[in-house]
Amino acid sequence: MNAEIVATRFHFAVNVLPKEGILDPQGRAVEQSLPHLGLAGIEQVRVGRRVELAVDAPDATVARGLVEKLARDLLCNPMIEQYAIEALGAISAARREVGG
Amino acid sequence: MSVRVGVVVFPGSNCDTDTAWALSRAGAEPVELWHEHADLGGVAAVVLPGGFAYGDYLRAGVIARFSPVMRAVAGYAADGGIVLGICNGFQVLAEAGLLPGALLRNRSLRFVCRDVAIRAERVDTYFTHRVPEGRTLWMPVAHGEGCYYADEATLDALERDGRVLFRYTDPDGNPARVDDRANPNGSLRAIAGVLNTGGNVAGLMPHPERAADALLGSDDGMLVLRSLVESAAARAQGGTTLGDGGAARAMTMTAGTGR
Repeated sequence: MNAEIVATRFHFAVNVLPKEGILDPQGRAVEQSLPHLGLAGIEQVRVGRRVELAVDAPDATVARGLVEKLARDLLCNPMIEQYAIEALGAISAARREVGG
Repeated sequence: MSVRVGVVVFPGSNCDTDTAWALSRAGAEPVELWHEHADLGGVAAVVLPGGFAYGDYLRAGVIARFSPVMRAVAGYAADGGIVLGICNGFQVLAEAGLLPGALLRNRSLRFVCRDVAIRAERVDTYFTHRVPEGRTLWMPVAHGEGCYYADEATLDALERDGRVLFRYTDPDGNPARVDDRANPNGSLRAIAGVLNTGGNVAGLMPHPERAADALLGSDDGMLVLRSLVESAAARAQGGTTLGDGGAARAMTMTAGTGR
């Protein structure tokens, strides 16, 4: 049974938020609940989504490029949202069994 | 022979059967178009019905945008084909970039399901030539993400180019304000429906197919669906062509021929 390194596995998170100035009723709803919790001094709440994923790629630049494309084309609607890509540290070697 | 009008069925579509029923009532032969097929089967118009395509995961309409059938719809629209998106269908067309703007979560955060009054701002289009000018139309809305948004420059361009197709109004026909009850979702400039630049693709949040029989409270939706079916029939016979925004003008030939 042969094992070979096919690619390295990179972990990322894509954080998507409503753009500045875009109506965010979810964020507003959270803010409006704060008095019920007895919390003061918290404001500018915005609710978005976080997408975590793993990419097998030859190197970090290629991996990030794929994530950028995914973020632009699918995860984020640039008209109303903005995104930030976060590299999640640990890089593990992806070994795939072949020929077995 | 009745004209064939396609109704796209995504996993999660739930207004497809009602839409097909209402289209046949408007004189069409409805044809179901499964989302996995990139073939529209030679239909004379396409309707994207309401529902929750692909569960509305991520954002309403966004996953549907990448389905095989949408590749075909985009090509069809680019060739001047008549396409109408209702509710979730409107969200799909906006996500696909076939219509301007985006549909945000309702300003109230509530899923809104009730009858609303709307007004056709253009009655010379494929979708509205049967609508009497100035008439208040009653149709239900049923959505959680219907707040129409576009930046100010886009909104100004839409107004200037006559691409605001429907607007929410109060019962007397006055445009609703953003925070009116008459504006069910907080849409900017009370926009309930828009047209693309060619005038051949339209979307609206209210459901014409749920206002297709007076017995159910209103048949105002039939004015929209009859407009579409007649336009499709005319186009199938080569009676209308697009070009220099001529969708609307071409339709004036058939407007006013009975209600």
